Formats: sequence, structure tokens, C-alpha cells
Amino acid sequence: MSELMDILANGAFWVAVLRTATPLLLGTLGVLLCERAGVLNLGIEGIMVAGAFTGWLTVYAGHGLWTGVLVAALAGMVFGALHAWLTVGLALSQHVSGLGITMLATALSYYGYRVSFPKVNTPPTIAPFEAMDWLPIPILGEQTALTLLALLLVPLLAWVLMRTPLGLAVRMVGENPQAAEGQGIPVMAVRSGAIIAGSALMGVAGAFLTLSAFNAFFFNMINGRGWICVALVVFASWRPGKALLGALLFAFFDALQLRLQQSGDGLLPYQFYLMLPYLLSILALVLVARKAAYPQALMKPYRKGER
Amino acid sequence: MRLEKRPTPSKAAMVAAPLGAVLFTLLVSGLLVLWAGAPVGATYAALFKGAFGSLFALSETLTRAVPLILTGLAAAVAFRARLFNIGAEGQLYAGAVAAVAVGGMHGGTGFELPMYLLFPLMLLAAALAGAALLLGPALMKTRLGVDEVVTTLLLNFVMLLLVAYLLDGPMKDPMAMGWPQSVALQGDLELGKLIPQTRLHTGLAVAVGLAVALWLLLQRTVAGFDIRAAGANPRAAAFAGVSVTRTVVLVALLSGGLAGLAGAIEVAGRTSYLTLDMSPGYGYSGIVIAMLAGLHPLGVVASAIFVAGMLVGADSMSRAVGVPNAIADVIVAASLLSVLVASLLTQYRLRRK
Repeated sequence: MSELMDILANGAFWVAVLRTATPLLLGTLGVLLCERAGVLNLGIEGIMVAGAFTGWLTVYAGHGLWTGVLVAALAGMVFGALHAWLTVGLALSQHVSGLGITMLATALSYYGYRVSFPKVNTPPTIAPFEAMDWLPIPILGEQTALTLLALLLVPLLAWVLMRTPLGLAVRMVGENPQAAEGQGIPVMAVRSGAIIAGSALMGVAGAFLTLSAFNAFFFNMINGRGWICVALVVFASWRPGKALLGALLFAFFDALQLRLQQSGDGLLPYQFYLMLPYLLSILALVLVARKAAYPQALMKPYRKGER
Repeated sequence: MRLEKRPTPSKAAMVAAPLGAVLFTLLVSGLLVLWAGAPVGATYAALFKGAFGSLFALSETLTRAVPLILTGLAAAVAFRARLFNIGAEGQLYAGAVAAVAVGGMHGGTGFELPMYLLFPLMLLAAALAGAALLLGPALMKTRLGVDEVVTTLLLNFVMLLLVAYLLDGPMKDPMAMGWPQSVALQGDLELGKLIPQTRLHTGLAVAVGLAVALWLLLQRTVAGFDIRAAGANPRAAAFAGVSVTRTVVLVALLSGGLAGLAGAIEVAGRTSYLTLDMSPGYGYSGIVIAMLAGLHPLGVVASAIFVAGMLVGADSMSRAVGVPNAIADVIVAASLLSVLVASLLTQYRLRRK
């Protein structure tokens, strides 16, 4: 018990929590935006791989870190546009299209890595984002600018969704596209735009890992983080503020299991600590399932004139 | 741009669409081959030669196809009933664990059975283990409305960690020089070879047999009708007296059971013991295979052989012309998306506004 208190009293622990939460937060906001417009985006896992790879490759090629972030966002938008065309334009299954995009984006990234570095075993490193030493706030000051960006996106996305005509349009096409059409809202365009913007956030979420948390691109580095974001959106009841809460809670348990594992208390084999995040995600889904306020038109393709 | 339903989709188009889509994919992927600095024609020739060009290549492809047929069938039967089981990877490992627990721990832990009981018991345990892992998400879906995609996906990670723990502790082979691998199956439990001097084993016959059985089940039985009805229109099915909950549970048992069997047959036919890298994503490939086959059990056999050929051929192609073997995954994933588009175009017409 005292061991637990030691961990919680340590500032480095909370720095780790916020760092772990950042990619989850960016990804969750991305999924949230897509789902508010009525489209599930299971491409996130692959889009994060593509963002991590393209962002890192850009910086490795000698461009600035922010250019890397921008390229990662663009890579996300390309795959988002593909998902939008398949699910909104052609009304294909959102589940299957998303999984296909995850596989395609992952395979393309690995292929691109191998073509770029044919004989390399350990990936070359880059100089990642530095901590914001100039910021006189204890834990936040030890993070990089991408974490600040992610935190600022929470109120921004909440404001856009809840307080602007654009946000109203996004929510309407996610709740009742027929009614939105009747109001003169271009359903297809709004849905596609939301998917592309959300996918850009997913790309940046991946780039955070190679440009801020680590300094190189590894295979399997996303390792299910994207799927956890999909679960976190349900936990957050499709609200940006709660998405922040969920990402932090999740990162808290993830950082805690890492510390408990390192402290070697021998209570449980380490694999069981590693299972915690996934089991917690499932538990979160079960707990909120009864009152989950799914966007009414989620996963329902919309075709003009068809019901 | 808008979609307009075709009055009568032509049969020829429905067969030609997937083939055309795969050809289109190979054409586009040619650009990636050029990027790697290799000649497209020679690369594809090496790919197909490595997959189907000799008896040995063909036997390797068919060996690889065995687990893919089973995970493909697992995905096909589940998707038919709109149970989006993305957890075949974990279910495959659950089956492999159960198979090793029955067929490898045997003797040492004290229960002795004659072989004609032990072998079916091993397969049954594997099928039940796979089914049990899918039962939870299926019940959460029907009872609580929890989306099964995310739960089955997350359970893959849980299962792999559990296997890592088992191979580190209770199931670790003390004779394996510290390698994380399980004790081996008893020799008598291993499947026989279909072709001598190759790795191709009788599991292929089992997998093809199960594909035919599943096709008959879906086409000819009441349960099969219920599955198709629940998938086509759950509300109408419920109105017609089909219990959707019962159907989903039945499908979960079938789907998880098939994926579990894939694990047991892979252990009994190929590796004889369990390792953490036993499956290079067979569970996920099964989804692609099922979709390429239009969820048809017999089509699953054909598309599993296609995907297995790409994966096996890519390795020898990579050695021959130096194009990274990840191209196989690109071709498979891109085929999935283009087959989806192509089959849509057989049912709908694209019209400009």
C-alpha cells in the first residue's frame, strides 16, 4: 500500500500519465468526430501507423518537426478520404471498410519502411520534440507542444460541435440524415468532411509516438492503441470533455501497471498487468452500455431517397 | 454521384467482379514494385512461381491455406449473421492452448486415455475454448448492446498475453533451452502427411470438409436459414419467429469453434508445440478471405489458397528480386477494398447527378 502511495506521490508518474494519454486523446477525438457524423472509423489503427511512419520519415529526410506533424495529418486525410468514399459515397459496410483501411495503411507503411531502409535492422533516430521548459506549469511543462495541442483541441472541438452551425450540421447528419437533408444540409459532404478531419487527428496521434514519445519508427508500435480509442469514445459518451477524462484514466492505469511491474512486487506475473488496459476497456464498454447515447444514425449508410 | 440499384444483377458480372478487382489491384501494386526499383513482370513471375510453380511451392501454399480456410470460415459464418467477430486471432490461440493442454500435458499430469478418445477430445477442447472466448462478446452484444467489434478485438490482446504467461510458466517446456515454447504434443496426436517429403498434412482435408459441411448447413438446414435470415434483416427475422439471440449464440459457437480448431490443427499438423508467433495474423487474414469469397464457404477455400499463395510467394519473390515481402499484405488488403467496390458495382449503377 505504501508502495502505491510512493508511486502516486512521484511527479514523474504523473508526467508519464499525461504523456501516455496524449496519443489516446488525439485518436479518441478523431474517432469521436467521425462517429458524431454517423460513421464508425476502424481505420484508426492503420491510420495511426501511417501517421507515425510518414511523420517520422519526413523529419528523417531533413524537414522540421511541425512539417512532420503536417505530413502525418495529410496521410491521415488521404486514408480518411478513402474511407469516406467507400462508406459515404458507396455506402459499403463501415466495419469492413475500416478494417480494410487498417490493413492497407499498415501494410503500405511497412512496405515503405522496407523500401526506404532495405538493409537496416535498427531504425535510424531523429531529434524529437523537446519539453516545454518555458511553461511554468509543473507537469505540463515537462510535456511537448503536441500534448498542449491535444489538450487545447478538447475545448475547441467541444465548442465547434456544440456551439457552431457547422457542429450542429455534423451532429444532425449523425442523428438524422433525412431531417438534415430536409434542412438543406449537404449530408454526404458534411459526413465526408468529418471523417477526413477526424482521420487527420488520428494521423497526428500516430506521429506523436515517433516525433515526441519515441524518436524512431518500429513495427507494431501502435499495438492496439487505436482500438482502445474506439472503446474510449463509447466510454466518453461522444463528448470531448469526457474523452479527456477517459484518456487520462486509462493512461493512469497503464502507467500504474508499468510501475507496479517494475517495482517487482511479485504479486502477479507481468503479463496480467499488461492485460489490464484491455480488460478495463471492455469493462468500460459494459458499464456505459446501458446508458450509451449512440448517435442514432451511427453505422447506418445514407442513400438519398432510400430509407 | 449517386447509386441506383440494378434491376437484375447479372450472374457473369458477379463472378467476373472479384477477378477483375484482383487484376486491378495487381496493376496498381505494380507502381509499388517500380518504387522498389524492380521490374514488374519479373517480380510477379517470381511471386507466382514461389506460390504455385512447383510441387514443393504448391504444398507450402496449401499448408499455409489450412489455418486460413478455417479462420475464413469462422469469419464467414459470423458475418453472415452480422456478428462481426474480429477475434479469430485470439480464438485460434485459445484453441491451440487447449489442444496442447489435452495432448501435451497428458501423461505427466496423470490422466491416461486411449488414442481414439484422446484425439477427438483434443479437437473438441480446442473448439470449445475458441467458442468460449467468443461467447462473452456475443452475450454482451445481445444482452447489453455492447459492440462486438471492439470487445473481440481487445480480447485478442488479452489472449496473446495469456499465452505469453503460459509459455513463461505453467506450459513452458523445460527442455526447450529457455525458448518460450510449450511442451510438444504426443507423437501419435500429430496429423499425417498428405504428400510425403512436404509439410502438407491431412488438416487440409479436414478444412475443406468443414467448408462443405458449413455450406450444406447454411443452405439446407433450418439453423442455416435462421443464420441467413438474422443477418439479412434482424427485425424481419424476429418477426418471423427466429430467435435472434439464440441464433447469435449458435453462430458464436460455430465461429469461435472453427477458429479454435484452426489453432489445434496448426499445432497437430505443423508445429507440434505452441509458440507466441504461431500465427502471423491468420485471424485477421480470415476476415479478408471471407469478404473476398462473398461470405460463401466454398469460395473461402479458393480465396484462402489465393491469400496463402501471395504470402508464400512473396517470401521467395523477396529473395529473388529484392522487393520487400510486405507487398503481399498490400496486395491482400487492396484486393479486399477493390473486391468490395467491384461487387457493389454489380448490384448498383453509379449515376452522375
